[in-house]
Amino acid sequence: MKSFSNQGQSPIYRIEAEQVCVDYNGNLALYEASLKLKSGSICGLVGMNGAGKSTFFKALMGFVSPSRGKIRINGVPVSMAQRDQAVAYVPQNEGIDCSFPVSVWDVVMMGRYGSMNFLRIPRESDRTAVWHALERVELIEYRKRPIGSLSGGQRKRTFLARAIAQRSSVLLLDEPFSGVDVRTEKLMADLFMQFRQEGRTILISTHDLNHVRDFCDLVVLINKTVLAYGETSKVFTTENLTRTFGGMQPDPISGSASSDE
Amino acid sequence: MIYMENFLLTIDPFSILISPLSHEFMRKALMVSALVGAVCGLLSCYMTLKGWALMGDAVSHAVMPGVVVAYALGLPFSLGAFVFGVGSVALIGFVKQKSRIKEDTVIGLVFTGFFALGLVLVSKIRSNIDLMHILFGSPLGISDSDVSQTLLISFIVVAILLIFRRDLMLYCFDATHARSIGINTGLLHYTLLSVLSLAAVAGLQTVGIILVVAMLITPGATAYLLTDRFDRMTILAVTSSVLSSLIGVYVSYWSDIETGGSIVLVQTLIFLLAFLFAPKYGILRFPNSRTP
Repeated sequence: MKSFSNQGQSPIYRIEAEQVCVDYNGNLALYEASLKLKSGSICGLVGMNGAGKSTFFKALMGFVSPSRGKIRINGVPVSMAQRDQAVAYVPQNEGIDCSFPVSVWDVVMMGRYGSMNFLRIPRESDRTAVWHALERVELIEYRKRPIGSLSGGQRKRTFLARAIAQRSSVLLLDEPFSGVDVRTEKLMADLFMQFRQEGRTILISTHDLNHVRDFCDLVVLINKTVLAYGETSKVFTTENLTRTFGGMQPDPISGSASSDE
Repeated sequence: MIYMENFLLTIDPFSILISPLSHEFMRKALMVSALVGAVCGLLSCYMTLKGWALMGDAVSHAVMPGVVVAYALGLPFSLGAFVFGVGSVALIGFVKQKSRIKEDTVIGLVFTGFFALGLVLVSKIRSNIDLMHILFGSPLGISDSDVSQTLLISFIVVAILLIFRRDLMLYCFDATHARSIGINTGLLHYTLLSVLSLAAVAGLQTVGIILVVAMLITPGATAYLLTDRFDRMTILAVTSSVLSSLIGVYVSYWSDIETGGSIVLVQTLIFLLAFLFAPKYGILRFPNSRTP
């Protein structure tokens, strides 16, 4: 297994955002957002819809460039990190066209495209990487199935396998817990622990507070800017959560704040 | 059964298929139609998966003034058509970005505007352009220079689609991932649009401006109902498209009907067969696939 330990002595952060501001044609989506994540962190990104979670993801992937501030991934600018295949994005189930004619194997192979030549012809090493990734998410016997025939949890695991095959050091997950079965949830918990051990850093965007408590070591509360970040137990205070969800108390039963829908 | 065999014997497949080949115009028509069918069939997979049917319609109509201007200036018609095809796409993008109008409205607005301009130009510019040929195609009367233009266009389109086929597939499926691993999705977007303009120009030869959008979506839609694998989908789309072109031209020859319409009707019939009887996605399916 490839290790993601830092070379050199100076502490290089997996994700380093400094005073990042993003605006869309004058509409401020994010201001002065700062965040530093070391290798081997599992961090929850918590906020309402429209609080800037997806903007922050887009900035980390290089889709929007900050109007001010800077972002570094593994100590290099985002565009270089992209070329190194450093950042993998695991989309929400809703964001995927399930009727697209591709198999599980095809989707996971897409994680290797960035490392192939421009004709994207898989080599033996690519096939091995895909095979191993599928083994880790326990989908090897489903590899020939079209993605349309999978359950929500299996589909989620397919896209996790794609990120594994990509060998990225930073994983961005968008609402990974919505619509997944117990088995997938258990498997994701194990995988996240393994990722942490391998030195990968995981950033999980969600408004599901219970899962953040269970899965994440660190948490970032976001509402147009970073309100607080640190260890989950310390950051999850009533006061902080009230600020995050704009005065709405999180639902005590489901643990999720439902002020956004 | 005996009646059936007798009936089949009275039809001589040799004379039906071979005898028209003695005419040069038929050989050319069959070749060009099959080639255009293959090119448009391949592209149609991306059009249907990306959801660009309306865009295909728009581009194919928008090339009209380009064809007229090119003829008037004595330039190759494909050059004018390409310029206006790409121009219409750029204009659609510009208006959409700069105004609050929704995309489908902008597309409808721009392509009808271009098409109207084309019609006005045809009536105003004195030339020997036959409006009917542009609108409905005329593969049976195609000139040698048109054949060579179509050959060149087809070669370019197929080369681009083959080189970028994995990237384009990924772009249609998950543009976010494509972008996050450093693939230039903006470039892919415009590559696909340019290829669309070129294919529309090629398709114009055989079925004309009005029906070229059928060439650009029907084979893809048919193949989409038949398989869950992308590579198989492209093969099926190209096969059904080429077959439709060949059958369409023969039917047109033997029953003296309009060629473009005949080709597209065959395509539509094949689609209907898939819609009804496709093994997995047809509404009737095969009877034995239903038994437990």
